[in-house]
Amino acid sequence: MAQMTMIQAINDALRVELERDETVLVFGEDVGKNGGVFRATDGLQKQFGKERVFDTPLAESGIGGLAIGLGLTGFRPVMEIQFFGFVFEVMDSIASQMARMRYRSGGRYHSPITIRSPFGGGVKTPELHADSLEGLMLQTPGLKVVIPSNPYDAKGLLISAIRDNDPVVFLEHMKLYRSFRGEVPEGEYTIPIGKANIVKEGEDVTIITYGAMVHTSLKAAEQIEKERGAKVEVIDLRTISPIDIDTIVQSIEKTNRAIVVQEAQKQSGVAAEVIAQINEKAILHLEAPVLRVTAPDTVYPFGMIEDKWLPDPNRVVKAINQVLDF
Amino acid sequence: MSKQLKPIRAEKVETIRVLDADGKVISPDLEPKLSDAELRELMRRMVFTRVWDQRAISLNRQGRLGFYAPVAGQEATMIGSQFALKKEDFILPSYRDIPQIVWHGLPLYQAFLYSRGHQHGGQIPEDVNVLMPQIIIGAQIIQTAGVALGFKKKGEKRVAVTYIGDGGTSQGDFYEGINFAGAYHVPAVFVIQNNQYAISVPVELQTAAETLAQKAVAAGIPGYQVDGMDVLAVYTVMKEVVEKARNGEGPALIESLTYRYGPHTMAGDDPTRYRSNEELDEWEKNDPLIRFRKYLEAKGLWSEEDENKVIEEAKEEINKALKQADETEKMTIPQLIDSMFETLPAHLEEQKAEYEKAGE
Repeated sequence: MAQMTMIQAINDALRVELERDETVLVFGEDVGKNGGVFRATDGLQKQFGKERVFDTPLAESGIGGLAIGLGLTGFRPVMEIQFFGFVFEVMDSIASQMARMRYRSGGRYHSPITIRSPFGGGVKTPELHADSLEGLMLQTPGLKVVIPSNPYDAKGLLISAIRDNDPVVFLEHMKLYRSFRGEVPEGEYTIPIGKANIVKEGEDVTIITYGAMVHTSLKAAEQIEKERGAKVEVIDLRTISPIDIDTIVQSIEKTNRAIVVQEAQKQSGVAAEVIAQINEKAILHLEAPVLRVTAPDTVYPFGMIEDKWLPDPNRVVKAINQVLDF
Repeated sequence: MSKQLKPIRAEKVETIRVLDADGKVISPDLEPKLSDAELRELMRRMVFTRVWDQRAISLNRQGRLGFYAPVAGQEATMIGSQFALKKEDFILPSYRDIPQIVWHGLPLYQAFLYSRGHQHGGQIPEDVNVLMPQIIIGAQIIQTAGVALGFKKKGEKRVAVTYIGDGGTSQGDFYEGINFAGAYHVPAVFVIQNNQYAISVPVELQTAAETLAQKAVAAGIPGYQVDGMDVLAVYTVMKEVVEKARNGEGPALIESLTYRYGPHTMAGDDPTRYRSNEELDEWEKNDPLIRFRKYLEAKGLWSEEDENKVIEEAKEEINKALKQADETEKMTIPQLIDSMFETLPAHLEEQKAEYEKAGE
């Protein structure tokens, strides 16, 4: 098996699907000749031609509309939003148009669209480039939202997203693009959308998380195990809409304690949704309230204090200690 | 201040006309070569649409229809433009553009269901190439660029046609859509129905541009302005740009000058708050039905008897469609839940089961 970074795995997934299915089209700003500002689409235009991998005019809403129209004419569009901070520009196409297409037409039309976008912080981008806006997507019925945390998942989940006949928002954490390598099988394989992954088993407390915070949480789990011998279970959601509540409940039935770690601001996000669902399905198994480790409810800060703003292993450790000592 | 600098100016736009207000041909070279039967069909559709509009307004007042945007005054633009299309061409309508999609094949009873907020209204039959009406102003423009790009990529000789109002041309999506279509040189036709008001705001407050047609210049595509109360002029312009698009000559923009006689929608809009009766009278002098009727009568192609026959036939078909709409099974919450995804995720299965258990 090849060792790949996450960006290479994403590039590989696109290549596999472009090869397999002639209706797959990859487009966005700078994705063609330049191969994407992060090189996610590197070499794809050269291999598959300008008809299949192409640059768009610089207009996010137009890119979304183009995807909808191409979807209506039998194509399988994979559109790139260059930075997820620009999603507001294309929000109508995503939320009011493609997510409602199947409902509005009573199943006559659908939107087999994948919206790829780099997101998340910690890489000192200019204002409004880095942000964790995934919570906005959760409030939109008709969308699936996928966030991989490693190269293997990124490839398998992206292939699933491209093959899905409903719109999938596929968010790629910028900090994970090149931070490490992992084993990635050649050729095609899929990971089901909507299924969480237990990345580390444990008996004493469950951490529910996703994206870059999987790695932060694993570091915290290691530290707690050293400090007090408690065994931490870490669940990587992989899909944040829909949330795999069954895997979470099974884990809590075993550990009786949980925290949710997200990079995004605290209010009304993925963590809030996870805790609400735990309340509905597993409250009698809990020995302590479920805590959240998140960023504060402010705008995403300028680069100087970015690292302090983002949750780190120490804050996760503190929360674990709190639920263990409750 | 320099006196040598001359800003770029769009050329003076000429309004394309075939008929004058009395139905006399003023531009014989632009008169379309339509058969007598086709000319009579154009008139039949305009009369039918006027009757349907009056009936829809009255049904709405009785609470028997839901959302409805009156179309009287705009028939020449709507009917003339659709008449220039082939069945395989694809229409992306806005909220007022129900006549075009019905004449393109959407069954009338589904239009009534759409108005009532029934999902089946948007379940377009497989062989009908239209989308359901767009509510967000401008979204259909960017989607049209996408549909047209799809046709081009597949090598299909089909055209994507869309409609927007004068107010809609202020939206960012309008510029993005016509720009994309120009950049990709796709078979798309954008029709602006300039009916002079965006609800209550007149076109003079919408833009400092002299015409909406010249907005095509910025996108690098051809633009035309047409007398939208003259069905032959609308047909002529539309036919030419649609066939050019079909033959790989790229997109075009048409500004059609028209007027809506009624309110913006039936949801409480009162046009007397922002328009004068004199202005309405002026536009009614150019009524598309009267003008075209005079033209046909002079050719011996239309009579009072013909007109009355169409009116009766329209009433009958409308009643039939209403009955079919009434008899269509009502929507349910489980059906609504089922329409969110191709395969229902677990949480929606659960929610669906709750409603089914409650008998809803």
